[in-house]
Amino acid sequence: MSFLTSVNSISWLIGGPQGSGVDSAANIFAKTCAKEGFHIFGKREFYSNIKGEHSYFTIRISDKPVNSHLEEINVLVSFDAETLFRHADKVSAGGMIIYDSSLVETVLEEVPTIDFEASNRIRKLLQDSGQSMNLNGMLEFAKSRGCRVYGLPYFEMLETVAQKMNDPKLSKISRVVNVMAISASISLLGIKKDKLINAIQEVFGSKPKLLASNIEAAEYAYSYIGTKYDTKNITYNLTPKDALKDYLLLSGSQAAAIGKIVAGCRFQTYYPITPASDESEFLESNQIIDQVDGKSGSIVVVQTEDEIAAITMAIGASLTGVRTATATSGPGFSLMAEALGWAGMNEVPLVVTMYQRAGPSTGLPTRHEQSDLLFAINAGHGEFPKIVLASGNIEESFYDAIKAFNFAEIFQLPVIHLLDKAISSSIQTCKRFSNDLKIERGEFKNTIDKNQSEGAAGHFQRFKLDDSPISTRVPIGTENAIFWNTGDEHTEEGHISEDPENRNKMMDKRMKKLDLALEKINQDDMAICHDFDSDGKNVVVSWGSTKGAILEALEKLSEEGNKMKFVQIRLLHPFPTETVKNFLKEAKLVIDVEMNYTSQLGSLVQQNTGREVDYKIVKYNGRPISTTELYIALKAILSGNNERRIVLDGGT
Amino acid sequence: MAELKLADYKTTVHNDWCPGCGDFGILNAIQMALSEMQIPRHKAVIFSGIGCSGKTPHFINVYGIHTLHGRVLPFAQGAKIANPDLEIIAVGGDGDGLGIGAGHFVGAGRKNVDIPYLIFNNAVYGLTKGQASPTLRLGEKTKSLVTPNTSNSVNPIALALVSGFTFIARSYSYDVKHLKDTIKRAITHKGLAFVDVLQPCPTYDDIHTREWYQGIDKQETGKAMPRIYKIEETGYDGTIKDESEINEKMTRILQFSSEWGDKIPVGIFYQNELIPSYHERIAENNKEYFAKPPSHQEISDNKNNPIAKIDKILDKLQIKD
Repeated sequence: MSFLTSVNSISWLIGGPQGSGVDSAANIFAKTCAKEGFHIFGKREFYSNIKGEHSYFTIRISDKPVNSHLEEINVLVSFDAETLFRHADKVSAGGMIIYDSSLVETVLEEVPTIDFEASNRIRKLLQDSGQSMNLNGMLEFAKSRGCRVYGLPYFEMLETVAQKMNDPKLSKISRVVNVMAISASISLLGIKKDKLINAIQEVFGSKPKLLASNIEAAEYAYSYIGTKYDTKNITYNLTPKDALKDYLLLSGSQAAAIGKIVAGCRFQTYYPITPASDESEFLESNQIIDQVDGKSGSIVVVQTEDEIAAITMAIGASLTGVRTATATSGPGFSLMAEALGWAGMNEVPLVVTMYQRAGPSTGLPTRHEQSDLLFAINAGHGEFPKIVLASGNIEESFYDAIKAFNFAEIFQLPVIHLLDKAISSSIQTCKRFSNDLKIERGEFKNTIDKNQSEGAAGHFQRFKLDDSPISTRVPIGTENAIFWNTGDEHTEEGHISEDPENRNKMMDKRMKKLDLALEKINQDDMAICHDFDSDGKNVVVSWGSTKGAILEALEKLSEEGNKMKFVQIRLLHPFPTETVKNFLKEAKLVIDVEMNYTSQLGSLVQQNTGREVDYKIVKYNGRPISTTELYIALKAILSGNNERRIVLDGGT
Repeated sequence: MAELKLADYKTTVHNDWCPGCGDFGILNAIQMALSEMQIPRHKAVIFSGIGCSGKTPHFINVYGIHTLHGRVLPFAQGAKIANPDLEIIAVGGDGDGLGIGAGHFVGAGRKNVDIPYLIFNNAVYGLTKGQASPTLRLGEKTKSLVTPNTSNSVNPIALALVSGFTFIARSYSYDVKHLKDTIKRAITHKGLAFVDVLQPCPTYDDIHTREWYQGIDKQETGKAMPRIYKIEETGYDGTIKDESEINEKMTRILQFSSEWGDKIPVGIFYQNELIPSYHERIAENNKEYFAKPPSHQEISDNKNNPIAKIDKILDKLQIKD
């Protein structure tokens, strides 16, 4: 089974020790291919480690948009032994492997960063295939499966590059090995060298010395392949496409950050945590903001002493009228729960961008999961309104970031924007973002007429009990509008009240916002039924970053005559019951797909619509769901699989 | 504008503190300071934590934000960073600020945001019925403790000093004039100011009572010998005028901070405006920060279109063939 839906499509992987330039090499490769006109989807995997552990970056390139990764690899690029040991068995027949020819004698046991469990699996693989326990064995195994291998003597090549540059200090340029490796792969793939050189210039343009050595290395490795190997019969000879006009190549954390800038978020707090910090750092790097009126604005980003300070500082700032957010991941979000209730109680608009990772506790801190859905919905003691919105990919992260602020201000409550590690650290080619969304601030006012201060003691009524649950909101510091906030139940002015009648009225006021949200929020922001018009009777339900793999798996199934619908639920709280009911109305089978153990969305669907989920496809090994494994699982269900719950386990 | 009278800073909200509570003196002192400084009511915001002291904002007729247990400092800092034009005062109890909120106390010291922070220090958790607070000393047994205190106390003055507070003072809730003057100095100080307010809890602290502070039990000379003395009256000046004075001054402040029992110093131990405030630090990278802080930023035009222009950012990420 192959997902090479066109000739011009490959799955490419580079691996290496953390800190050795795997990421930057992958970025250069992705840029090169994008310049050539290919769509990109790239996925990063890395350990919770600074230097030395195995990290890798998978990139799919295609002449059609790509939304997910595959299990299979067509081109494996390496400059260390571990990458080969860990990934060579995934390279498809006809695939290509680039490796360091000086490492072939490396014995499996000698690689200290291959953990015991992985080592055992690799040993068994080599044993079963009758190969020796070294890299040579791994290469032989790959060749026996039809892979082609391309050894590069990196050390000698570095020496040559050093000579060419008249710089005898090899150590200085040893870091260019990563670029030599990708350059070799680009040469093998028949992609023109000038795109690669352009990409290197973009990445290292501001550092002349690095630029020079990287270009020299790239040029040399590119031509080395041509002189050393016969490249005529390469399976994956990619044909250039027309240029991608007005396309971006970016990560989810960048998309969300740019969305915040457009949304007018001008204050963000954070405490360092993977995978959320990237967003705050991007915002800080772009703290001075261009404006259409020619003036400039700015965002203040504050690193706090912990996540409790992050959210409470954000709430304090929000009281001054500024659009405010904090960004975190599961462990930090756990600490924020109490303050979330305070924001709900005091009707303070606030956006919490929650980048999920694998829990519980520290869990797999750099790996992916979607296990905080029910926690996000239920976070905080007591009952208060909040909105939980989940984006399905990088592009949605941008637009949803803007919507999150609108919802927060229109309904005056905390909004949790659920993203995850897969979205945050993946890269994708997206149509250039438009900023034609409106800024909707609801009942926010900057000035108050003296006569409007009409409370019991002539005070402004911040929590006025009226037909609408939404009251006029002003920044603290506004004349004629002095009010109080308290975590206690309170009066219309904001003073503590334990009166039972007042309690009911205030609870009703706050909780009614959830009904209002379901009335006002656009259908497409609640749930989307992909292929709604198809005659498919089987429906996949899911949320968040599984979207890419689901759409691709469904496309493949559809080509084979198995039409299915996909209901992507975007508004998780308040739950869009009517919309989802409508989408599931005629479903024969409902299949829930999620990156968690307990099928959290499945329970929500059941609880709210009364419709049982027939099949659950789950995954919790920390590695995102691939198109490949999802396709296989769905196919199994359609062919009458008896298992009601399928656990996926793909990934390295 | 008409002159604001003391009464203008008072609300009609029923005050449910115990009769004789030291908090009343602090409340009066804050209201007097605001009134004497003629701070426009809508420009002032009192942030508080949780506990008896947490109710303070409800009694003051300015903006009042009664936050969460231990979190008053981050709430208040967020507001002040977002809008430095506001006159923000943070208040809280000793359990609030030095127990559950101690991490924020230290964190705030490192930032030096321009706000005064008053701790109503009475050595007990009053509202939860008299448990030992972080300032109750080891072995002391206040009225409702089952056994003498098994934890040692934190030294608020020393902690403020090593955390980086740039103004450190102590006052006494029954000396309202001294307290009011200290609060005024704390408000005017450029940077983070800490005022440790000794405040007897008449209900649960039967050791550090008003009479104890007055020295009624110390009659060696024939009359009560008050425990509290004013450091200014000893000729001490806590202002740092030159960085070379800091080490010597810090040693002296640590000495003051460990004085307790028969002699308890009050007054301004430390004031150092040579250290840039957090706002000034922001302005180093964001030149327009004081003119256009976050709260003053415009984000949309009159048709509700976003006014941020992201072309430069997108251009960098755009694929160029």
